[in-house]
Amino acid sequence: MNHRAIRAIYLFEMARTWRTLLQSIVSPVVSTSLYFVVFGAAIGSRISQVEGVSYGTFIVPGLIMLSVLTQSIANASFGIYFPKFTGTIYEILSAPISYFEIVLGYVGAAATKSIILGLIILATAGLFVPLHIHHPVWMLTFLVLTGVTFSLFGFIIGIWADGFEKLQMIPMLVVTPLTFLGGSFYSIDMLPPTWRTVALLNPVVYLISGFRWSFYEIADVSVSVSIGMTTAFLVICLVTIWWIFRTGYRLKN
Amino acid sequence: MSSIISVANLSKTYGSGFKALKNVNLDIKRGEIFALLGPNGAGKTTLISIICGIANPSEGKVLVGGEDIQTSYRKARSLIGLVPQELHTDAFESVWATVSFSRGLFGKPKNPDHVEKVLKDLSLWDKKDSKIITLSGGMKRRVMIAKALSHEPQILFLDEPTAGVDVELRKGMWEVVRTLQQSGVTIILTTHYIEEAEEMADRIGVINKGEIVLVEDKATLMQKLGKKRLTLHLQNEITSLPESLGHYELDLCDSGATLVYDYDTKGERTGITSLLSDLRTAGIRFNDLDTTQSSLEDIFVDLVRTS
Repeated sequence: MNHRAIRAIYLFEMARTWRTLLQSIVSPVVSTSLYFVVFGAAIGSRISQVEGVSYGTFIVPGLIMLSVLTQSIANASFGIYFPKFTGTIYEILSAPISYFEIVLGYVGAAATKSIILGLIILATAGLFVPLHIHHPVWMLTFLVLTGVTFSLFGFIIGIWADGFEKLQMIPMLVVTPLTFLGGSFYSIDMLPPTWRTVALLNPVVYLISGFRWSFYEIADVSVSVSIGMTTAFLVICLVTIWWIFRTGYRLKN
Repeated sequence: MSSIISVANLSKTYGSGFKALKNVNLDIKRGEIFALLGPNGAGKTTLISIICGIANPSEGKVLVGGEDIQTSYRKARSLIGLVPQELHTDAFESVWATVSFSRGLFGKPKNPDHVEKVLKDLSLWDKKDSKIITLSGGMKRRVMIAKALSHEPQILFLDEPTAGVDVELRKGMWEVVRTLQQSGVTIILTTHYIEEAEEMADRIGVINKGEIVLVEDKATLMQKLGKKRLTLHLQNEITSLPESLGHYELDLCDSGATLVYDYDTKGERTGITSLLSDLRTAGIRFNDLDTTQSSLEDIFVDLVRTS
């Protein structure tokens, strides 16, 4: 194991975060705070409670997931796309480092960033609404699992993208809608039965449901299903990455 | 001298069907400076990319320091430093950070003294804290060399190292390369500048259309393929050559002021002695004479044309 190389990539990627602090950390925190103001205070004041929890409190797990998902994808996809774009990828490809180690460096850094961000947003949320986390260990488990899985997914997008447009396409057109429709701001029980069935096809529902359960012990689907679905997505991403490196897809001629 | 790189039956066909390399066989000796010459699109960069792990071979085998580049890639790659043709840099990193990053990437423990030495050798020390984006093209090129040298490689690939670099800097870079060779590093450079190969290389390989056309010691190559030119500066201009000199294939230049005679150094008889004697007989006198060896460039152009 070339642990020095993993460390070099990891620290390089983390250094990029500190360099772009405003964009990486401050802007997601600001936009989440705005969600609290708009949904929590303005709209939430007209909704009494959702499954025994005040609306402002109810949306906290969904908002954290929203940021963790989008930031994991953004960080990881940009992290690997940028060296491809500038050409500095030559150095990674010519270094004595295995594919697994490359992924560990890039995805590790992307996941670290989004997990830190999730915790910052959690702390920010605490300033707006009273919070109580029933299962902190499970909360962290879901946070880490989601951060890692979607960083892997972002890594795949970064490899696949051959232009900035494509880099933005999946997060904008697929991930954001799925997250909004995945129960960030409501319980899918509030939907009519047909739409509820449709919603269950959305993988993000399982993530948010499990994560919300760890906070308030209320869930749209059972926790084991949530964990199972997230793990399944993780495995799909891992297999895809294994295939990318085995074939050199969009990396090696 | 033993081989440090051994390329056997290497072929590369791109997805488009383009055959970039056709059954290439090549051995690079330990400690030499090897110049790989060839026109654009000949396969130079593809060959280097495969040896360094950036492109996959279609067929064939490459050993670096005795290690297979595919099955034992860690050992093979850790011996190599690569300076690619294009200036690929992390614009917003400092020189120090980017060079240290490369060292880590190649699995070497931190060694600020070595990084300092590399930067000083390449006259980059006063720029160590500068962001790469602020550096000139020549400095960026040296940063890339510094990155390649950061992990103390035994082999250095320089793909067109002096493309777009001014004369002074080019000479400075040659100096760096010579010093590296003295420290035991094997250097493989590709170049368009024939004078660069002529100046630097111990051996020369010519590649054209994906095939190695020739590999030879530079001196032997020059001798083997080199032609010499004798130029006679005449005392009095002449309008035409006397018939007695008709069989020499002489050229009358500069309005009859100089006579030019091309001869082959490989030939047993160059014909110079009899030419000079016949000139005297014909009453043609000269003030001065000089001979020039044909350059590697002439040889190269000839080779590529005939292949």
